[in-house]
This record gives sequence, structure tokens and C-alpha cells, in this order.
Amino acid sequence: MLVSNIKSRPVYGGLKVDVAARRHLVAAEGEGALAVIDAFGAHPEALARTTLLYAAGGSAGEDHAARLAAFRPDDLFVMPSQPTLITRLNVILNTATMGTRLYAAGVEGFIGSVVAAGMAHGVDQASIRTEHRGSLARRVQCVHCKGMTENVTVSPVTCSHCGIPLLVRDHYSRRLGAFQGVSIDAETPGDVPPAEELYA
Amino acid sequence: MSGGVEIGVRVVSIEQATPTVKRFSLAARDRSPLPVFSAGSHVVVAMDADDRRIKNPYSLIDRSADGSTYRIGVLRTPQSRGGSVFMHDRVEVGSELTITMPVNLFPLNRTGRKHLLIAGGIGVTPIYAMAEELARQSFAYEIHYAMRDAAHGAFADELVARHGDKVRLYRDDCQEVIAVDRILPHQPLGTHLYVCGPEGMIDAILKGGRAAGWPEENLHAERFLAPPGGSPFALTLAKAGITTEVRSDQSLLEAIEAAGVDAPFLCRGGACGQCETTVVSCDGELVHNDHFLSDEEKASGTKIMTCVSRLKGRELVLDL
Ligand code: FES
Repeated sequence: MLVSNIKSRPVYGGLKVDVAARRHLVAAEGEGALAVIDAFGAHPEALARTTLLYAAGGSAGEDHAARLAAFRPDDLFVMPSQPTLITRLNVILNTATMGTRLYAAGVEGFIGSVVAAGMAHGVDQASIRTEHRGSLARRVQCVHCKGMTENVTVSPVTCSHCGIPLLVRDHYSRRLGAFQGVSIDAETPGDVPPAEELYA
Repeated sequence: MSGGVEIGVRVVSIEQATPTVKRFSLAARDRSPLPVFSAGSHVVVAMDADDRRIKNPYSLIDRSADGSTYRIGVLRTPQSRGGSVFMHDRVEVGSELTITMPVNLFPLNRTGRKHLLIAGGIGVTPIYAMAEELARQSFAYEIHYAMRDAAHGAFADELVARHGDKVRLYRDDCQEVIAVDRILPHQPLGTHLYVCGPEGMIDAILKGGRAAGWPEENLHAERFLAPPGGSPFALTLAKAGITTEVRSDQSLLEAIEAAGVDAPFLCRGGACGQCETTVVSCDGELVHNDHFLSDEEKASGTKIMTCVSRLKGRELVLDL
């Protein structure tokens, strides 16, 4: 059961290197590393001005940290998890200047977190370059208890906090970097259709 | 609809701010309060000259605390089609004018964490309003204001009085220039830049922004493009079945309006795109003065922005 045609669904324009930028701040997760290798492989001159943050994928995929290190960016931070990466990103954003361009590559939930961090620092969302790689897994916020459930590939899904079966909507919050999950059996409690693999 | 609702106003006071700039306070003729506007807005002022109606856009400086008056600043530009000269020489306290509802094509970006306001000459009018709003909302901001000399800084004293050390003044006669290459590279992430002033200055500032690696989303400009005059030519409005003449001191849009046709517009300065009109045919060369059409569109000769562009030639036929 898929509810689509909702305009808030984000569009990812691809990880194009902005050659006018003075500094490239790149956050990648899991398979997102391959997008970084493709984009910056075509612009090796940009690497001397690049800060790269990487966390290996949580769900699937191999660790690309060694390949990124071989790229010799100006700065490379290999972080143990997405949340620690975002914390480090926020520290860098705090002192960054206007010549810095922000990039995000990986699964949707991760891109959403990077974009939200940029926006919280006043970065215009349109100037953040993004590329979706890896699983289509979604980060879902339960509209009832507000809890976040990560790596959601099915709908309906059980909220990992309050246990309500949730229909995963295409309604996306940029501020939270998450899709909205709403109770699917509110009208007839217990009437929950079987879960479908939609975002594997 | 063209420009929307109009408000009849009366001039209630005039200040000679500099030798070439006058500030006019306008109140509604029916004494009702004027609409609240957001900083960066302009109104289009309609002036009834002896033989024609001139319409020029002017940025709003402020609205009085009781809402009864707006202020606009007008630079006297003798080489224009006569609007600013009319305002300076013919408009007095008590004169009646008509204005459109405020329109904002130069708004502040409220997600920004810091705002750089850059003004040259009379371009200070929207910047003045923006600075007031930023101060009121306790945002971080800086003002850089370039003027010909001390006597030509229409707002220098007021800006310094209200914004203190957030203001930097630059005087051409002292060879002081806004050092974009020093100011722009070190601004914190989330800074927005707003520039209003002469063409060459705007281009230099925007170029400096791009060179410092700023994304387009954070660079904002408002160009004060006065529609230049030119040789007269014949104008045919195909749908309306009207043929008229565009005089040398008239803009194409003013001639369309004078012929009784209600054509769309917002900025009357070649920036917003509202007045884009299809050219059916033309006998002569289109003179494009706008910042809206792409070079290809201009070269194709099928579109024209009636507010600032015209024809050098004999006859223009528009799809109106
Ligand atoms: S009215 Fe805005 S471009 Fe002509």
C-alpha cells in the first residue's frame, strides 16, 4: 500500500562538484562512498579543498573507508555511525564560511539528516548537493508518539517506540529528515494489511 | 491583472535629502491606513503629466508608526523619460498621485543567519527598510553603503544614527571602494547578501560573491533599471486591433496603457518577468534592456519585456 504523488518527496540532483566552491564538505554513508568516488574522481583538483566524513552503511554494503582514504582528501573523518558523523558535521558547520559547499550521499534517511543539519546552520537547501545510493530504506517518524524508526523497508511497519502499525507515507519532513508514519488501523483496530517490501 | 489594486495618495511632506534626492511622504487620500509591507517592497507611482501618464517603481523606505504614510526616495535623473524630473519639479506638498499595492521582489531570506546589505547611491532605499527590519528582529547584519561624496549620501546620517558600527560608509571622492574580496570570503555559513545600486556595482559585487564560492541561492540583487527612451515607432496590438505610436519619451508599456489596454506588470524594471509579451512581427530591431529573458530568447526575436524594452525601427506588432 503506497501513498504517492505527495510533493514533499525529495528529489536528489546528483553529487555534482561545484568547482566555484572554496571548500567541499562531503558527508557520505555506506554506498554513498561510490557517488563520492565518481564525482570527485572527475575533479581530483578539488580534493585538496575537501573535508570528507564517512560512516560505513548500517544495514548492508561493504566498508569503503579504505578507498576514500586512497583518494587523499584534505581531511577524512571515518566515523563509527551516522549519529556520530552528524555530530562531527555540526561541529564543522559551526565554523564554516560561505565558500563551503555541502554534499550528502547515501540512504535517504542519512541524506535527510545531513540536509537538516545544513539548514539548521542557515544553508539554503537548494545549494546542498545530494545523491541517493544504497538501500531505499526510509527513516520514519510515527506521528502519534513522534518516535523515529530507522531503516524501514516495508509498509505497514510497526513503530519501534509505541508499537502502533504505521502506514509509511511519502510525506517527508525536511526539518526532521524523515517520512511520516500514520496509524493504519485507526478506523478498524486490528485490521492491518500484510507488510509489503517497498523500499528495499 | 496589471499591478493590482491602486491607492490614491496625497503628498504630505517633501525633504530635500541631498542635492539630487528628494524624499516624499505619501498618505492615502481617504486617510485610511496604508497596508503593512515587508522590507524590500516597492510601489509603482503613477504621475499624470500634461500629455501622458508616467509610471515608475520606487522602493518603500518606511511606513510611519501610525500607518498613515509611506516614504519613497527619488533620485533626479535628467536623462530618463521624465518620471523623476516630474517628481522633483512638478510634485509639491498636496499633489495627488496613485500608487499600486506594495510588491516585494527583493525580500529578506528569513532562514539566513546573517545578512550583508550593500547599497550604492539611491539603491539605499530598500536597504534602509531591510536594515530596520533586521534590527527589529535582532538578526546579525552589516551595512555597506557607497556614495559619491558626503553630500550625496541620502541616508548616511540616519543609517549611522540607527545602526551604529554596523554601518560602513564608502565615499567615491576619497577613493574608498567596497572591498568585496576582503569582506565576502570570511562570512559565516548561512549569510545572505543583498545588493542594490548602479548596474556596474551590482555586477562587481555578485562577481565577488561567486569568486568567494558563494552559492547563487545566497546572492540577491535589485537593479534599478529606468526604461530608456529612444526613437518613436508604430505599435499594433493584434488582439485589441489598435494601432498607436510609442513616443520617444514613453516606454512600450506606457504606450500600451495609454491605448487603453490593461497589460500585466509588477516591477517595471525588467526583472520580474511579468510583462513578457509575444512579438507577432517587427519591422526593425528589438532593443532588449531587461534582465529576464535569456540570450537565446532575446536573439529569437519572439518575446519582449514591455516595461523596459523597445523597437529601433518602424513598426512592432504584439500579441495583445
Ligand atoms: S514588469 Fe517586471 S519585467 Fe517588466
